[in-house]
Amino acid sequence: MTAVFSAVCIAILVVMALALARAMKAPTVYDRILGVNMFGTKTVLFIAVIGYLMGRPEFLDIAIVYALINFIGMVAVLRYFEYTAPTE
Amino acid sequence: MLVLDIVSSILLFAGVFFGLTGAVGLFRFPDFFTRVHAASITDSIAVILIISGLLLQTAFDLNTAKLLFILLFLMITSPTASHALAKSARHGGLLTLGESKQQKQQMQQKEAGQ
Amino acid sequence: MAVLIDLVLLAMLAITALRVIFLKDLFAVVMLFGIYSLLSALIFINLDAVDVAFTEAAVGAGISTVLMLSTLALTGRTEKESRRSSVLPLLVVVATGAALIYGTLDMPPFGAADNPIHQHVAPRYIEESPKEVGMPNMVTSVLASYRGFDTFGETVVVFAAAIGVLSLLGVARRREEDGAPDSGLKESDLKESGFKGHKVLRVVAKLIIPLTILFALYVQFHGDFGPGGGFQAGVIVAAAFILYALVFSLSHALRVVSPKFLQVLASLGVLLYASVGIYSMLKGGNFLDYNKLAADPLAGQHYGIIIIELGVGITVFAVMLNIFYAFASQVERSNIK
Repeated sequence: MTAVFSAVCIAILVVMALALARAMKAPTVYDRILGVNMFGTKTVLFIAVIGYLMGRPEFLDIAIVYALINFIGMVAVLRYFEYTAPTE
Repeated sequence: MLVLDIVSSILLFAGVFFGLTGAVGLFRFPDFFTRVHAASITDSIAVILIISGLLLQTAFDLNTAKLLFILLFLMITSPTASHALAKSARHGGLLTLGESKQQKQQMQQKEAGQ
Repeated sequence: MAVLIDLVLLAMLAITALRVIFLKDLFAVVMLFGIYSLLSALIFINLDAVDVAFTEAAVGAGISTVLMLSTLALTGRTEKESRRSSVLPLLVVVATGAALIYGTLDMPPFGAADNPIHQHVAPRYIEESPKEVGMPNMVTSVLASYRGFDTFGETVVVFAAAIGVLSLLGVARRREEDGAPDSGLKESDLKESGFKGHKVLRVVAKLIIPLTILFALYVQFHGDFGPGGGFQAGVIVAAAFILYALVFSLSHALRVVSPKFLQVLASLGVLLYASVGIYSMLKGGNFLDYNKLAADPLAGQHYGIIIIELGVGITVFAVMLNIFYAFASQVERSNIK
């Protein structure tokens, strides 16, 4: 089972790296926000799986906090766009 | 519990597969609104599959409740965030691929007519 | 396996940092800073430092991003081009960094079993803490009991930060003081609450906010047994109210939790902490000596830790929300003009 968890961890890391690449080099500014959102969701999954890999299920608390923070960050970003029109 | 291990491995790998295809789709799709589709749909299904795979590995205690809470929370907020993002982009004036091609055609016709 | 994950995370961290330096679009920089915070919290998790990762996630990726975005709404979005050459600063930074790395060559190898820190400090606390404090989470026992003075100082520093921000910025007065409620204020209400058309977001926010506050209470009182404690819980409750202020308008949030109430709450939190110390002095012990709080020393430690964590949580919540109000009302003021 540990091997499966390790493989899943590496795969989620690859997805996170791809989302990060999208956030760094994006045609429009909304693509960056999309990349950050996907990064956040995959981080939640990564923490859950790595908690099981290392045998410490207490990490699930942190996963819940990340899910909350991801959502609140997205809402703040969209509120910012209500105030200022994007220049791109 | 070998059957349980096999089933949860299948669920985990399926979830990871959808995650990877979603990330590839972020790069390959031509238009922003299609990219939102790729990201949010694959995100949701990856979350369901991976957390179900982890649920099969836990004993029935507080951790099960926490995993279900994570699942419920992500199911409610992740599609909402994508919806709000797409709506915000539309209000900001972003055009779909078809509309921007149409706009370019109209500009070219105007310039050819002058 | 852990080493591989560490390497990948550190590589992503370095790449993000490099990209942040060379970007001129400040909004993208704020987004990338959010990712930077998440990555460093993941590295902390990999190093088994769970409480630190908790705080880093809540404060770095959440509150800092919101505050920086409020500032961005006031200033411009692009960074000015700098015309001075940056060769001299680069040389200074490289020289300092090289000196620091040279200084660490003298230290014992990372994590070796015969380091001085593993000989006396760590084993002493690991063995004595269950007998003296009796709590599973040793980070909380060190933070709240052995180092109670330091945590008291940190709470007072957070309180002082609130005083500083409030004296510089101040919070907008409630609209109802300008005229009769809901008379002729419709225009400005519409300008502030740009989310009136987002029905989905409003419904979901109404669902999420109570869940968040419930989870924050769990984190507050579960800090003895797992990761958590006062700081993290205060930040999470503040994040819930910030969500309310973002989705519904700021004036609604000001009516629900007014800034005066928050200022009183912040002072109450610090006073609660200090009164635990004074009470233990009245009982004949030193300041913040929890053994004197109850007949049994272990029970006294439990009471003391729960009460001071509550004080810390209350102060952090009040201060964070007040600072957000101060920043956000600046944006409202400049927008309404």
